[in-house]
This record gives sequence, structure tokens and C-alpha cells, in this order.
Amino acid sequence: MKIAIASGKGGTGKSTVAANLAFTLARSREVALVDCDVEEPNLHLFFPGSAVDIPVTTPVPEVDLARCTFCGECGKFCRFGALSVIKDRVILFPELCHSCGGCSLVCPQGAVGEVPRTVGRVACSCPLPALTLISGVLNEGEVQAPAVIRAAKLLAQGHPLTLYDASPGIACPVIETLEGSDACVLVTESTPFGLHDLRLAAEVAERVGIPAGVVINRSDGQDEATLDFCRERGLPVLMTIPFSREIAAVQNRGGLICRDLPGWEDRFAALFDGIVKIAGVSR
Amino acid sequence: MIIGITARAEGTSAPVEQRFGRAPYFVFVDTETGKSESIKNPLVDAAGGVGPRAVQMLAEHGATVVITGQVGGNAAKALEAGGIKAYAYRGSGSVADALAEHTAGNLQPLPLA
Repeated sequence: MKIAIASGKGGTGKSTVAANLAFTLARSREVALVDCDVEEPNLHLFFPGSAVDIPVTTPVPEVDLARCTFCGECGKFCRFGALSVIKDRVILFPELCHSCGGCSLVCPQGAVGEVPRTVGRVACSCPLPALTLISGVLNEGEVQAPAVIRAAKLLAQGHPLTLYDASPGIACPVIETLEGSDACVLVTESTPFGLHDLRLAAEVAERVGIPAGVVINRSDGQDEATLDFCRERGLPVLMTIPFSREIAAVQNRGGLICRDLPGWEDRFAALFDGIVKIAGVSR
Repeated sequence: MIIGITARAEGTSAPVEQRFGRAPYFVFVDTETGKSESIKNPLVDAAGGVGPRAVQMLAEHGATVVITGQVGGNAAKALEAGGIKAYAYRGSGSVADALAEHTAGNLQPLPLA
């Protein structure tokens, strides 16, 4: 079973939910936790330990100048500006390349080949006996987040239970993370911004066709607008985490509330039961 | 010599646009014949990588000089490679004003890669 944890908005507590859920589940079974927020992976902060790095490469064009006639077709085709033909020179901006391979297809001379280029890495560790942490890390200045996410997810293949921690927002990296998940947990906070972004995220989950449930974090007890929205859209509220000084203190020192505060392990176990229910698959 | 000037509208009386790759129009002026041609920039709403693509467009139109407000790193690299000189016009005048300033030698070259 694959569970994606997403949130339209950054800073809502997505990683908190992912880390605590993973810790709770790892008490009783094998869990793979995949940090798909490759631009800012942070799950390793909850689970320190030494990791093994695997580089992630993606193909970028290489022009054979012996064949190139500088016709400019590749440059006209590339919508990302990774290839520009200016007079008798072809300029490559590999960091702008999205590896679509179109330039080699449109080249009438067959002068465009492909070479691998490292855009990031996947860090693998086993911080707990039953927990495998796989973190995707995109190199600074690179655009190919989905390639690193794909590699991280690929490495988690074969695990019976996998949690994906998505990046905030609803852009390509999130779609890439949701792809192939059995259920999606949308973490939100009961503020107007939280609700706005929850609406967008819920729509994405629906479009991708993944059953979703909601976790309300930092609740001040006045969640009516969020609850109304969830009822309207048929989104079950799986868990509510109150706004409390005690929880904030645990978070601040990089702790896990399910480990450091009484009662929370049970609540995260109940969250998992709720997820299993919405996913409609047997565990 | 063909000079490309980033502009907010068509024609030489249009105000100069400070942005390079996302300028709404490029006005190309042939300094020998005095003729001008305005091209609507298709890259205004593009997702990214507009700098190098704008340079490719300039090169296709035969421009050897560009006048604009500022250029980004990738655009600078492409301009350098294409042998296109870039000059900064930071005033609020028209394309014609910028051209006059350039002819008078008052414009500073923009640092390229």
C-alpha cells in the first residue's frame, strides 16, 4: 500500500504527519518512508543516521558539430531555452533542460545525441530496525524535481507499505508523487490560506483519481469552514492535531509527538486505520 | 547594422521596455535604411528559459546590437556567444529616444558573461 502525504500549502505540518505516522507504523511492521520534497527534504531531521547516496542522472543533449548545419530547429523546438542556435554556434544550457528528448527528434541531421547529467541524489538510510528512509535531494539550481522523485520512488519499490511525503503546492513534483498512490492524506490548517490551498490540493487528488482524507493541524478548535468544505466534498477528516505549546515544544527540538507525548501513538495508529479505510485496500 | 530594442508596443515611438526576454515587443531598426520592424514577442508568458530564446530570435533577425534595460545570466551568455552587443537604456523614453542616445554614444554596454 502506498500513501501520499500532501498539502497545498507549505508549513502546514506535512512532514510532521509523515514522520510520526512512519514512526508509529514502524513499531509493528516494515515501513518505507520516501521524502519526495526533493527541493527541501527534511524527514532526515527526524531520523538522523548515516545514509548511502545514489546519484540521479537525466539525459541532456549533446550536439555533434561535425553533423550540425546550425539550422536552428532544435532551438526553435526547445520551449525551455536549453538549446539556442545563434549564427554558427549552438549554446547549451543543460540546467534548463527537461530531458524531453525532442531536440534529437526534430534534428534533420541526427546531430543531437544524449549524455547523462547528475541533477540530484537519493539518500537511503535505516534509522529504525523496521524503517527505511529514502530521501530525494535535487541539486541546487536544477529544474528536474520529477526525475529525482521518480528515482526515490523506484528505490522504495517492493516495500509492502510506503509513505510518500510530497512537496508543498500542487505543481509537477506533487503530481509525480501522487502518481501510483493508493490514498492521499491532505494536511491543512484551519486558516483562510489553509482552506484555499486545501481546495486546490483536493482537486488535484480527485483529478489524479486518488481517494483522499484530511488532517487538520494546529487546530484552534474553530475549524467550521474547513469541516464544512470536507463535508461538501466528501473528504473524511482523519485526524485533528490541536494547536498546543506542548506539541510545538516537541516539534521545535525535532522530536516526534507519537514518541514523546502520551496517547499520540494510538492516534497515529488510528489515522492509519482511517487511511486504510479510504483506500479500500486490505493491509 | 540592425539594432533590436525591447519595447512595450509596436513602432519606434513606443516606450522602451526594461526587461529583455519578456519584453512585449522587439523593434528592429536598420540604421542604414532607417526602416523599422516590430515583432510581437511570443515568449512573454513562457514558463522559463526566455533569455536564450529571445537571443536566438534577435540573431534570426540579424541584430548585432540590442538596447534594453537589463539582461539575465543565460541571456548574457547567449548574447556573448552570438556576438551581439547589449547596451543599457534605463530612461523612460521611446525606442527612437533610445536609438538617438545610442547614436550619440551615451549608452553604457551591459556586462555579458
